[in-house]
Amino acid sequence: MLSDAIKQEIESHIHEPEHRAAACTEALRIVQRERGWIDDESLAEVAEFLGMSPHELDGVATFFNLIHRRPVGRHVIRVCASVSCWVMGYEGLREKLLAHLGVEMGETTADGRFTVVPNQCLGCCDRAPALMIGRDLYRDVNPDALEAILEPYR
Amino acid sequence: MPTIFIDGKPVEIQGNENLLEALIELGLNVPYFCWHPALGSAGACRQCAVTQYKDEQDTRGRIVMSCMTPAVEGLRISVDDAASKEFRASIIEWMMTYHPHDCPVCDEGGECHLQDMTVMTGHSYRRYRFDKRTHRNQDLGPLVNHEMNRCIECYRCVRFYKDFAGGTDLDVFSSHNHVYFGRHEDGTLESEFSGNLVEVCPTGVFTDKTLKKHFTRRWDYTTAPSVCTHCSLGCNITPGERYGELRRIRNRYNRDVNGYFLCDRGRYGYEFVNEPRRPKRPMRRVPEAAGNQFREVTREEAMGALGALVRDGGPVIGIGSPRASVEANFALRLLVGAENFYLGLSKDENALMAATLEAVLEGPARQPSLGEIPKHDAVFILGEDLTNVAPLAALHVRQTVRNKPRARARALGIPDWNVLPVSRVIDTERGPVHIATPYGGKLDDIAASTFRATPDAIAQLGFAVAHAIATDAPDPGPLPEETRALAARIAADLLEAERPLVVAGPSCDSVEVIRAAANVAWALCRRGRTTAGLFYTAHEANSVGLEMMGGGHLEDAAAAVLEGRARAVIVLENDLYRRADARLVDAMIEKAGTLVVIDHLMTPTGIRADIVLPAATFAEGAGTLVNNVGSAQRFIEVLRPAGEITESWRWLRRINTAAGRSTVTQWVDLDSFLRELVGELPVFARIVNVAPPASFRVGGRKIPRQSHRYSGRTAMNANIAVSEGAVAQDLDSPLAFTMEGFPRMTPAKLMASFWTPGWNSAQSITRFQEEVNGPLEGGDPGIRLIEPAAGDGRPYYAPAPVASAATGTLLAIERLHIFGSEELSARAPGIATLAPTPYVLLHPEDAAAVGLAEGEMAEVLLTDQLPVRLPVVCAPAIARGVLALPRGLSGLPFVSLPASGTVRKAPVA
Amino acid sequence: MSDPTHDLPLTGAIKTDGTPLSLREYEAIGGYAAVRAALSGLAPADVTARVKDAGLRGRGGAGFPTGIKWALVPMGDDAPHPKYLVVNADEMEPGTFKDRLLLEGNPHQLIEGVILAAYAIQADIAYIFLRGEYTVAEDRLHHALHEAYEAGYLGRHILGGPWSLGLHLHMSIGRYICGEETALLNALEGKRATPRTKPPFPQISGLWGKPTIVNNVETLCNVPPIVARGAEWFKGLSRTPNGGTKMFGVSGKAKRPGLWERPLGTTIGEILDLAGGMRDGLTLRGIIPGGASTDFLGPEHLDVQMDFDTVPKVGSRMGTGTMILLDDRTCPVGMVHNLMQFFAQESCGWCTPCRDGLPWVQKVVGAIEAGQGREDDLDVLRRHARLLGPGLTFCALAPGATAPLGSALVRFKDDFERHIRDQRCAWN
Ligand SMILES: Cc1cc2nc3c(=O)[nH]c(=O)nc-3n(C[C@H](O)[C@H](O)[C@H](O)COP(=O)(O)O)c2cc1C
Ligand code: SF4
Ligand code: FES
Repeated sequence: MLSDAIKQEIESHIHEPEHRAAACTEALRIVQRERGWIDDESLAEVAEFLGMSPHELDGVATFFNLIHRRPVGRHVIRVCASVSCWVMGYEGLREKLLAHLGVEMGETTADGRFTVVPNQCLGCCDRAPALMIGRDLYRDVNPDALEAILEPYR
Repeated sequence: MPTIFIDGKPVEIQGNENLLEALIELGLNVPYFCWHPALGSAGACRQCAVTQYKDEQDTRGRIVMSCMTPAVEGLRISVDDAASKEFRASIIEWMMTYHPHDCPVCDEGGECHLQDMTVMTGHSYRRYRFDKRTHRNQDLGPLVNHEMNRCIECYRCVRFYKDFAGGTDLDVFSSHNHVYFGRHEDGTLESEFSGNLVEVCPTGVFTDKTLKKHFTRRWDYTTAPSVCTHCSLGCNITPGERYGELRRIRNRYNRDVNGYFLCDRGRYGYEFVNEPRRPKRPMRRVPEAAGNQFREVTREEAMGALGALVRDGGPVIGIGSPRASVEANFALRLLVGAENFYLGLSKDENALMAATLEAVLEGPARQPSLGEIPKHDAVFILGEDLTNVAPLAALHVRQTVRNKPRARARALGIPDWNVLPVSRVIDTERGPVHIATPYGGKLDDIAASTFRATPDAIAQLGFAVAHAIATDAPDPGPLPEETRALAARIAADLLEAERPLVVAGPSCDSVEVIRAAANVAWALCRRGRTTAGLFYTAHEANSVGLEMMGGGHLEDAAAAVLEGRARAVIVLENDLYRRADARLVDAMIEKAGTLVVIDHLMTPTGIRADIVLPAATFAEGAGTLVNNVGSAQRFIEVLRPAGEITESWRWLRRINTAAGRSTVTQWVDLDSFLRELVGELPVFARIVNVAPPASFRVGGRKIPRQSHRYSGRTAMNANIAVSEGAVAQDLDSPLAFTMEGFPRMTPAKLMASFWTPGWNSAQSITRFQEEVNGPLEGGDPGIRLIEPAAGDGRPYYAPAPVASAATGTLLAIERLHIFGSEELSARAPGIATLAPTPYVLLHPEDAAAVGLAEGEMAEVLLTDQLPVRLPVVCAPAIARGVLALPRGLSGLPFVSLPASGTVRKAPVA
Repeated sequence: MSDPTHDLPLTGAIKTDGTPLSLREYEAIGGYAAVRAALSGLAPADVTARVKDAGLRGRGGAGFPTGIKWALVPMGDDAPHPKYLVVNADEMEPGTFKDRLLLEGNPHQLIEGVILAAYAIQADIAYIFLRGEYTVAEDRLHHALHEAYEAGYLGRHILGGPWSLGLHLHMSIGRYICGEETALLNALEGKRATPRTKPPFPQISGLWGKPTIVNNVETLCNVPPIVARGAEWFKGLSRTPNGGTKMFGVSGKAKRPGLWERPLGTTIGEILDLAGGMRDGLTLRGIIPGGASTDFLGPEHLDVQMDFDTVPKVGSRMGTGTMILLDDRTCPVGMVHNLMQFFAQESCGWCTPCRDGLPWVQKVVGAIEAGQGREDDLDVLRRHARLLGPGLTFCALAPGATAPLGSALVRFKDDFERHIRDQRCAWN
């Protein structure tokens, strides 16, 4: 069940009452923030709350990059894989990170702490390579500093 | 007519279409995928590319999508230039990177638009050398098969299912080359129109699941033009036969009726024809045996007995049927005499049909054809749950909401075929559809207003609307303020429209509703809205034809029998237990000396018969049906029936002959029989022109039922007998059972299977239309037998006073289901699995008031009827004080409705 | 000339400590004066005229004249309502990082630009469509919007006048195609973000079929100074007939990659100098001048002036003005492979050439890079570079991919051929 607080937050994104469903991407973001990912039940709840069919909402949810329809770890690491970061050593950073966590791209660590996914250009190309953990952006990432970066995320 | 230049040569075009349509109309082979004549242009597949030149000097030109290019005066293009040819071939090459190349095992093979377009563009050499992406397929239920790997991502399926048909459970998922078309989880498709995916999909993603167990290649069917018998609309169909079995139904285009689409009942109801236990020979009851036992007898024995029965004095009562052809009913009437012929409708059904006919014959409003519905721009529906009662009408009404946005788009310079910008505003600016029904339906999502009330209150609303339109239309008297306001709003919407439409029918069991609808349409006509349409549904495939014939109703027949006025009863294609209380039917059958039943299937009535004659279905014989708007349409035999099965009218003629009645046995074939019919019943005068006579020839030859590529003509039965049997002769139509003839010269209305070189799929239809979405070349099939009265017509109906219901009682009414309520289709396994189990539908508060909740067992106690025990289904979208019982579901006894009564928790047995 | 915003109207006031200007700070440097002036003294058409006269061209990449775009919106009493103004803050084109600075550094300037643009077209509702990953900008815009509403610059009866405007922040859930303006509108409507047919253009039939203007962040940030200081001043900022300044950036192996506001018409070489030139020991081999969907230029192009009209003359586009450098130690085939991976992944899946052609391209380039190239692969690539070009696909995403692909096939022909010949990548 969507909590009243979540419902209220979703409502605050309905700017034009005749277009309730327009808030669906915001709703998915909000629910994902609370629950980590969008399971089928969450999907159905959001769809019902906004008067959409779950099929239509899933069509939207699966279209976009930032919505997880599969379980993820407590912290999602998004490694910028686009061209400037690539030039500046994305591949080395990626290998180091994956080796450190013992996962492949897209996987979650056994302790459920991290999921690593590639991300398109993070928009800080002058400070490449870059990655995000949750809402936090890290630039000029030195592969040797990874451990220290990850440390606070428990 | 504007002129465009193709490779410098001037050609004239219609002028309101896009370039792709213009090129199709010119007969050119331009490939396409995402464009569909009913769905319009999307510009997604990029397959229809041609080169456009600025002017005469421009030799390079630029590639444009013909489906997105308005065909305007002076346009200069080339279809055959190297650049656009290369691009078109590349499109296929891209699609083929992932397509599995599984044509040999694909059900679409041989009628696949993708195959056709691949050949047309000349892509033949595979350069892509990498892995293919693969998808998991879904179980979409008993009707539609899913093989997603064949997808070429034209988006037609979702555009049909969602945008056109209003479905909500098929969508597109993911993105880039992972896009996936299906449901978000496995499960039966919920749309009543899901089967159209089979024809809309240009490749083999969606195929007919019922066909899988007896699959046949397209060119190996025997086909004939036919008409759906599963509701009153008479959609045109193409049944396909092989090895004596009916294997599938496809849509047969008729602009005036169903256009490109069928509902799932119509497409999948056919399997009742193949029911193994169907009677195949005459049968007689074994009198001394316990239970109901029959033995097959020879035709001679049966005819001997029946001839004697008819000949040897004393009246025989004939009970006709609204699901039997005009011919069959007339043959029965001829056999028993008009005075002994009863329509086979209950008293109530008969009253409803009589009221309908009176309203359309004596009033000024015209009944639009089904195919005209989408042109209307404001709709008022009284009492009909169209999706379940007249499904294609629901699909067509759904299109009406586009007309208002379309007009606005036109003002912005957006042509009608550019459908996506139009769809965009449909949520906020759709045209008005007002729905007044006792319980909710699937059109509610597009409704401008819904009014949930008893049939009487719906009728009152209708009368109030009529009065609000034209003050001389009688006022129903005092009404709640909201009802008055709603009536004013509906009236305003209808008056403002260019083509208002009023829809009603018999579902509410209320003559008042039918009359209220008539008043609304007449008021519009009398206010100068001569385009106003009045569209009535009817219960069954030939309800209107039967009513036009005239005769008493079932209760009259029963009375005649019970009064001892008949020695025998002949029941034609009718299960009386579906129309009257079992106690009445039992009494009647007991009293009748001999009961003769002529039908396709064994029914509860058939089981009580003394003699059963096996009747041909629509697939096995010829006949004429008159649909809800009075259009007569011919169905023609596709399938030589097994055993002694033949048309009911032929059985009745044989009985006549056996009885030695030479005067009525002049006719041996359909044409001569129709002449006799018309002589006796002039209202049917035009019925003889419904299809060309059996003597009709094209180039001296009959019209082939089989394609030129039909395989195994001489060998297909070699496992049974090596010598080729005589080719069956059809006395009743100009169709031959073989492949000889000139298919391309056949009048399109006689054509069942549309094919031209290079166009093997359903898409070939555009080659047989006068223009895209126009009538078939030479005219659509079907002839109207009913026209409204000339001039002003009869005066308005006066509203009947409404009796107030006793407190504490509920009004029980019936509810129809597309799957399960219609007798024949309910016997098809695919449909049967989708039919609901019987239940009683209640408003949650009405249920709670007697301590009932969803799923609990209720006992329904109706005046004068046996109690029924049913599980409760609760729906807020049903009027308070009303309970609904499903009609005709298997396992549910007949209940005479409407009736008043009560419900209570079923006492523990 | 002590006013730092005189020559650098977009960034002159942005603080170096990385904190955004508060409403008070922004007002202190003359912020929202343009709104006050316009709402009290200018007709909507006057605002449009001023922007038109200034020669402001869209900074989202295509360079369409902003004033002309606004003038296409139906005006007057019988114009449909609501009308919408939408800010395209989806910045996701690889190598592009210019809007981030404006959003994070001075959100009020964007908000002021939105109010002015909305006033010019008499919009009722405005949306900022912000990339989901821009979390800092999200927080700062939230705060700035709150301030602006409180101060009466937004909401009902702005500054006590008759006109009202609601401005809402919409966070994207991520996809490059959302940057395409019509796809963006679908995303705002809560739909799959596939692009829409044009015509009808959004100005006529946009969000929910109503008149809508979509403008880039940088474009709108230029509007307050134009309204405040006039068209002539704005034109004078530029070194070419294209008016104003431009955000220019450098990424790749330069000494000091970064982002600067400079006059339009600044040369590529001058911008490279701002970045301190190439890192020691590296030689410049190629330049993608304005985000991933522009054609490669080369070291011979350092004198080319960056503006909308000059760059096309040498076979590329200014695009977003943020350039990506290719050095001699980086494999051009690998770089193209990375770009193609991006475009193939970000194809929306609506039209065939892009959806199915780009993955093929990506696989071929990948195979070549991995030493599995074949003789005829270059033909396949060249054909795709041609057949996915402008006008052939439904939107400009696929043509964007063909720009670096097609130019790389010419410029780095030898490298491609060597990979195929040697069946290996010399840089690995
Ligand atoms: C695939 C694609 C992605 C785009 N991404 C962006 C973007 O992230 N930001 C942007 O402002 N414009 C982007 N554009 C351009 C927009 O479609 C549009 O032209 C622009 O927002 C108009 O604003 P302007 O006139 O102010 O430049 C993109 C275009 C395409 C085809
Ligand atoms: S070019 Fe690509 S992104 Fe644009 S519509 Fe076609 S598939 Fe979508
Ligand atoms: S038919 Fe024209 S683009 Fe698909």
